[in-house]
Amino acid sequence: MTELAGGRARGGSASRLSLVLPGLPQLLAGRWGVGGVALSVWIGFAWVLVARHDVVRRSLSGAWDERLAVGSLVAGLLAAWYWSWRDTNTKMECAGARAGVGQWELAVRAFSKNKTAVAGLILVVGLYLLALITPLITPDDPTAQDLPLRLQAMSAAHRLGTDQLGRDVLSRVLYGARISLTIGFVAVGISVTIGTLLGAVAGYLGGMVDSLIMRFVDMVISFPRLILLIVIVAAFDPSIFLIITVLGLTLWPGTARIVRGEVLSLKRREFIQAAEALGYSRSRIVLRHLIPNALGPVIVAATLGIGNTIVLEAGLSFLGVGVQAPTPSWGSMLSDGRDVLLDAWWLSTFPGLAIVFTVLSFNLVGDGLRDALDPRVRS
Amino acid sequence: MSDVLLSVKDLRSWFFTDQGVAKAVDGVSCEVGEGETLCLVGESGCGKTVTSLSVLGLLPDPPARIMNGSSISFRGEELVGAPEPSLRALRGNEISMIFQEPMTSLNPVYTVGEQIGEALRLHRGLDRKAARVESAQLLREVGIPDPEARLDEYPHRMSGGMRQRVMIAMALSCEPRLLIADEPTTALDVTIQAQILELLADLRERRGMAVLLITHDLGVVAEVCDRVLIMYAGQVVETGSVHEIFADPRHPYTKGLLESLPSLAQPGRRLKAIPGTVPDSIDWPIGCRFEQRCPLRAPGCERPQGLHEPGGAERAVRADRAVRCWRSMAEPSRTDQ
Repeated sequence: MTELAGGRARGGSASRLSLVLPGLPQLLAGRWGVGGVALSVWIGFAWVLVARHDVVRRSLSGAWDERLAVGSLVAGLLAAWYWSWRDTNTKMECAGARAGVGQWELAVRAFSKNKTAVAGLILVVGLYLLALITPLITPDDPTAQDLPLRLQAMSAAHRLGTDQLGRDVLSRVLYGARISLTIGFVAVGISVTIGTLLGAVAGYLGGMVDSLIMRFVDMVISFPRLILLIVIVAAFDPSIFLIITVLGLTLWPGTARIVRGEVLSLKRREFIQAAEALGYSRSRIVLRHLIPNALGPVIVAATLGIGNTIVLEAGLSFLGVGVQAPTPSWGSMLSDGRDVLLDAWWLSTFPGLAIVFTVLSFNLVGDGLRDALDPRVRS
Repeated sequence: MSDVLLSVKDLRSWFFTDQGVAKAVDGVSCEVGEGETLCLVGESGCGKTVTSLSVLGLLPDPPARIMNGSSISFRGEELVGAPEPSLRALRGNEISMIFQEPMTSLNPVYTVGEQIGEALRLHRGLDRKAARVESAQLLREVGIPDPEARLDEYPHRMSGGMRQRVMIAMALSCEPRLLIADEPTTALDVTIQAQILELLADLRERRGMAVLLITHDLGVVAEVCDRVLIMYAGQVVETGSVHEIFADPRHPYTKGLLESLPSLAQPGRRLKAIPGTVPDSIDWPIGCRFEQRCPLRAPGCERPQGLHEPGGAERAVRADRAVRCWRSMAEPSRTDQ
């Protein structure tokens, strides 16, 4: 009885503590991973809110992406608060209960043991958080030119220097992250959705449908993608929307092949036979029974795919057929800095480093997910 | 015998493969009455499972095809060639099936409650809450202790026997008239086997449903069946009541199966094995398909064998007692007197 009361008191004080500093009770309880993330997100966002309150206030009546950034900032703060508070309150009752542990929870456990993958995940999440609130943290407008201050080296005013038009490189790298991450995420989202559906349908139905879909896949793969992209982008007005669409519509065949292979082995398993024997419709079997079971490799492919797509977009922009000036993009920044590489090395170096780190973190996460989701490796 | 629920006539399910046409099921006829338990017995590869999958219309097509002239009728409704939607409406509703391997027959990504609930919501139109209540009730009915807590568990936390009970609960969710059980106890421990069989017999009694039990275990047959169908090489070789089959087996194959069982009446007797294996289904022998392994092989076996009543005419007079061996025509039936 006293122990029970003690536990409850601890729960109470922990939840009070979580209202002051989210993540702190988790840190104190030894869960440094989640606690650290929650705490640093909260402190970081709160610092932005306080230190750059004038920018925040101005952004409230600014363009839609500025207002979106303010919204994300507030939402991030509230989410950290709410998560930490709920976590301290439910942990106490659930600890002893024999809750059902599914495949996903097992995978999460395996993943969190993989230190490099967790580091990659923290980097990826951090990048996306930065991208969400970019307008609030950049020192300058990324497109504002200041011709007298061309090709300035790194200084207190311009931490990563300026380019040929006197634009602040740090601001441009941060805005470039936004573009790259958005393109990577949305394009892969489109291609994974198409690929998963087509692959699952082909694998499950087999026969004519399978042959038709897979020959179509072969056709799309055999197209030289870069040339296709260049032609499409050259024929239409290049915009971010167009690039996302083109990438999304050309990257799906890989996913389709992976999913088809998974489904081919899954559909001989008895639980699929059982679902058929229970009279479930084909669409239900594909959507509710096959796809969730085939999702592991898809998630891995998608994570690695985001990295690849970011590289692809950088390549397109480098060639001048990607994101168009003045919108900042890592690829076009690399290409801009090429001519003055010996005089102003910071122009190409920082966007290059940004690409390397971003893609590296996605690959780390992808490899970690592969190990966590593959039961053969997990053992 | 009561009203006929399922009637299979001259069922031929052939697989068209690269090596040739595998006649997995080659002219099987049987009837299952309301509330009756019919056992389909035979060793691996003799067409038991293909027969049951044919009934549900679940054979993979291609390569499998049910040949013209075959007929499967359920409550007078013809199933061969019936459109997929009407078959689907039957599956899970009127006819349910449970499988051999309980370890893989539940979907690993959903909890047990979600899986039973899905069947209930789909077939009986229950909402989420009602489905949960009903699922717990079903789990209780199949003898799972503390069903409310079990609903939230994932299949991989359960033992084989538990999972088989969950499978049975799912199959029962829509109160089927006919339950097809494909070797439901083969993968289980002997002690659990008895429990599952008892559960099946008990549920059959309570719900008045018919059971088509597929097994290679004559011990199981003796325990739960009303009538028995012995299959060999895609054909029925002998059929009769449980009593007739055990007391007066006529086909040499049936006799062989019975002699390969340990017996309490004659302890210490050496068990006899049937030598050899089932011939290749692509190339069945023209004459008796059991000839190569038969201890009583003699002239007359090289001719095709028809099903007939023991001691009777060429055609079977009674559908529920027949043997596919020319020898038994001459011997009068002992159980008839």
